[in-house]
Amino acid sequence: MTTVEYFFIYFAVSMVFLSLLIITVKNPVHSILLMLVLFFHIAGLYLFLNAEFLAAVQVILYAGAILVLFLFVIMMLNLKEELVSHRFIGEWPVGVAIGLSISLFCIFAISHFQIKYEGNMTIEIIKTLTNTKALGKILYTEFLLPFEIASIILLIAIVGAIVLAKKEQS
Amino acid sequence: MVPLNWYLYLSSVIFVIGVVGFLIRRNLIIMFMSIELMLNAVNISLIAFSHYIQDLKGQIMVFFIITVAAAEAAIGLAILVALFRNKNSINTDDIAIMKG
Amino acid sequence: MEFLYTLIINIIKVAVVFGVTLLHVAYATYFERKVIGRMQCRLGPTEVGPMGLLQPFADMFKSLFKEDIIPTKADKAVFFIAPVIVLAPTMTSLSVIPFSEKFIIADINVGMLFILACASLSVYGIILAGWSSGSKYAFFGGIRSAAQVISYEIAMGISLASVFLMAGSVRLDEIVKAQYEYPLSMYAPHLIIGFVVFLIAAFAETNRTPFDLPEAETELVAGYLTEYSGFRYALFFLSEYVAMFIMSSIMTLCFFGGWTIPRFITDILPFLLYVPGIFWFLLKVYFFIFFYYWVRATVPRYRFDQLMKIGWKVLIPLSLFNLLLVAFVKRFVL
Repeated sequence: MTTVEYFFIYFAVSMVFLSLLIITVKNPVHSILLMLVLFFHIAGLYLFLNAEFLAAVQVILYAGAILVLFLFVIMMLNLKEELVSHRFIGEWPVGVAIGLSISLFCIFAISHFQIKYEGNMTIEIIKTLTNTKALGKILYTEFLLPFEIASIILLIAIVGAIVLAKKEQS
Repeated sequence: MVPLNWYLYLSSVIFVIGVVGFLIRRNLIIMFMSIELMLNAVNISLIAFSHYIQDLKGQIMVFFIITVAAAEAAIGLAILVALFRNKNSINTDDIAIMKG
Repeated sequence: MEFLYTLIINIIKVAVVFGVTLLHVAYATYFERKVIGRMQCRLGPTEVGPMGLLQPFADMFKSLFKEDIIPTKADKAVFFIAPVIVLAPTMTSLSVIPFSEKFIIADINVGMLFILACASLSVYGIILAGWSSGSKYAFFGGIRSAAQVISYEIAMGISLASVFLMAGSVRLDEIVKAQYEYPLSMYAPHLIIGFVVFLIAAFAETNRTPFDLPEAETELVAGYLTEYSGFRYALFFLSEYVAMFIMSSIMTLCFFGGWTIPRFITDILPFLLYVPGIFWFLLKVYFFIFFYYWVRATVPRYRFDQLMKIGWKVLIPLSLFNLLLVAFVKRFVL
């Protein structure tokens, strides 16, 4: 075993453990805190995979914006009665069974998986270009139309959120 | 060097945990967070693929997924706030009645 | 052997930066009280030591030996960890700031993005501190701070994007090097709109006057800090001053040429080239820190709705306009 493998095992074990805690703990605020730790682990994993730009984006966007939004909403709703009522639905064994069957399917699929395709962006090329530049070059040439569509999606989300959150004047 | 399959196993396990969380919890906010968990699991596998087959398209895909996740969180939480105003609850059981 | 050598060098670097930062914070408070005292025709601290120079240490010992009060309604685990969540990211972002051409702890490719990521994290500590205290004032302070920091982060990020566009890089040392080619060796005159937007957003990000609403004394007691005392309060205090230092260094690096001095000055006085770069860097940083105090002594606090109006209706459109302008100039003029 190499050091990288040890690190991976640490990341994998703690990530699985954290995500289990996220879906089971009682208090939603604690759940969000654990999610924050999980996002840090995911960003660390991205660094292993030479995706430093996305690691930064993961922290800025997911941890810095989306999760703060969740925290904000939880605080605004101020759910005190939530802590005494039941956490899970009555039919929770069905949910667990569905999850287990999906995981069996995944494990079977992955164990038969092999790589047959090789791209041209080797690590050396990315290192000379830097990850950010390489990503930008592809994003603004090959994926220009999807990029524009993504910006429209964000615009729709802004307008939609404002319309939904606005109180009706009556 | 960590084999690609390890990353895929990890991502599938987290994905399944997200699915289970979505199915069994009553709190809508936790259900939203389970969706984020699933999206993140997919992101991990996409970035692992993009590293191992040496193609940056996977990372571009992650970029778009993050964008969509942000939009989804904004809209979803706005719906949630509107729901809480009307029903005074964010549990799935309490919003089973169709009539306002 | 090689590995051990780099490890030891890095540990020494971290220790130096950490120690100097703590000392900086101690004397930044002294400096602040003296400056504001002068501006309000007072003397500031004079009693402890010669000219009051030992005042920061007196304050430190006082807060260390105070009783650590935990409210009964508090969520204990979160209450304990909140000050650490505020302090840790702020301290971490010190590691990617190039103090001079050679002195940087971690030389990474996405330096500026790393600082932005860290800046967006400390809001967790504030909002959780407010929530876990179990008190109304603390809660309102936390909610206000979250809204404020999220809104101003957007304007800050977009105004920094214009800098990235000009420099063509997110590495801080390359941003500084790119600035050196311009006539004044700094971006501030060229990106004046972006600079002003960043300056205002930096005040809001660090919760300083005139945007110190989360801790507005007259309405919210001490905001999210209300229930904190002793050592935990000191940690919040520490992180506020470190955050000010970091914002000032970003302004210095991205708009004021970092550790370089304008070329026309070195043309006239060539011996200034022998002065180490860290001197110029700290000079510029302390100018901005002085500016923080100056504003605090001059400008009254805004109302919360005014704050939101400034953020969303003025700063964000302005920074977007600036980004568009810079893109246009970069494409067609330069």
